[in-house]
Amino acid sequence: MSEKKIINAPFSGEIVKDLKAGDFVYISGTIYTARDAAHKRMFESMEKGETLPIDLNNNVIYYLGPSPARPGNVIGSAGPTTSSRMDKYTPKMLDAGLKGMIGKGKRSVEVIESVKKNGAVYMAAIGGAGALLSKCIKKAEVVAYDDLGTEAIRKLQVEELPVVVVIDKDGNNLYETAVNEFKEKNK
Amino acid sequence: MREIHTDLIIDTIKEMCIKANHFLSEDMECALHKAAKEEKGALGKQILNQLEENLTISGQEMIPICQDTGMAIIFMEIGQEVHIVGDQLEDAINEGVRRGYQEGFLRKSVVGDPLIRENTKDNTPAVIHYSIVPGSEIKITVAPKGFGSENMSRVFMLKPADGIDGVKNAILTAVKDAGPNACPPMTVGVGVGGSFEKCALMAKHALTRKAGEHSPIPYVREMEEEVLKKINELGIGPAGLGGSTTALAVNIETYPTHIAGLPVGINICCHVNRHITKTL
Repeated sequence: MSEKKIINAPFSGEIVKDLKAGDFVYISGTIYTARDAAHKRMFESMEKGETLPIDLNNNVIYYLGPSPARPGNVIGSAGPTTSSRMDKYTPKMLDAGLKGMIGKGKRSVEVIESVKKNGAVYMAAIGGAGALLSKCIKKAEVVAYDDLGTEAIRKLQVEELPVVVVIDKDGNNLYETAVNEFKEKNK
Repeated sequence: MREIHTDLIIDTIKEMCIKANHFLSEDMECALHKAAKEEKGALGKQILNQLEENLTISGQEMIPICQDTGMAIIFMEIGQEVHIVGDQLEDAINEGVRRGYQEGFLRKSVVGDPLIRENTKDNTPAVIHYSIVPGSEIKITVAPKGFGSENMSRVFMLKPADGIDGVKNAILTAVKDAGPNACPPMTVGVGVGGSFEKCALMAKHALTRKAGEHSPIPYVREMEEEVLKKINELGIGPAGLGGSTTALAVNIETYPTHIAGLPVGINICCHVNRHITKTL
């Protein structure tokens, strides 16, 4: 946590290479929101060979369903939702070029393997800090699946969105190492 | 007979939904503050400080504490001397929720059918628990419940021979499995005894108890303190990234049960354990 590391989204291959589990980074640039219903719909489209409404290549998806914006605000509360519900759909998205995911909580073995295979990265934002995180979102626009309400796909412009790298391209998993490290130190 | 009009119930529930989602109750705020001071991990401390900052922003700018503004869980304790006039009570409660979630810019997170899954777009219906109590008042508790933590909740149908150690292990198992998914620090509501559904309902109700308050039954109080200590020794920590604060409170309720059973319900909540009570 010495100097502030800011990375730009979409991610190039080079960015992901430098990210290690446990790194605290700030994301600036363009990312997309998608959660349960949008994942299901994208997955089914891919199964049918249809074109997706967003290009996944090198992009980052934030597992987020925001609360509505008050007048004058860009977005409402905007923290991460639990990632494991997206596990079923994730390997297919990664195979299609998705490079980063922001959520919270554990991932399945299949997702971790797919992260490794595709040289991607899984990051966590602080769950339960939706008001704080909303401050990093400078622009939000629904770009697909409008009928899904909060679950629609939104294109976000973010500035220094704080995240921690949980699973890196080598499959290191911070949720396992951090808890063990803390316990070792505080024996 | 004291008459209470449903218009009053609608307005009260509307206001309670909005307030609960922007202002954490004082007991939870104190528990979080205490945890931030006492957390042993540097990273854990930093996260707890950010959660406190989040609460400040939420209250000042009226941005919900968490984007998951929950499914509205409502406990209605209705005095048997009260006569409710106006609309159908259940419609009035749902109207209060509808107005609260619309006017308060809260997220609509309810689907009308669990498998067809179309959003009802107004966060109704609520989950309502009624009880008839002595007196001429209505006590309303609104507890919007997020599902990141709800999904990590469990019911264990233990055997009587499993005893108190079985109960403690069940709670620890649920918390361990929840890990980072339930946005630790958590609040843990537990119901021991009753039946399959009764233990789950007690677990939910236990979450509405003030953090820091204990069961009046001495051995249950001891169990609450011991289990909380053991949970915090797991090292899961804030956001699951290691630390000494994994839970802020363990609240246990008990009820008589059958000679053959020992049901244990465990309802996991995050630090955004929203609960407001108002008496009409």
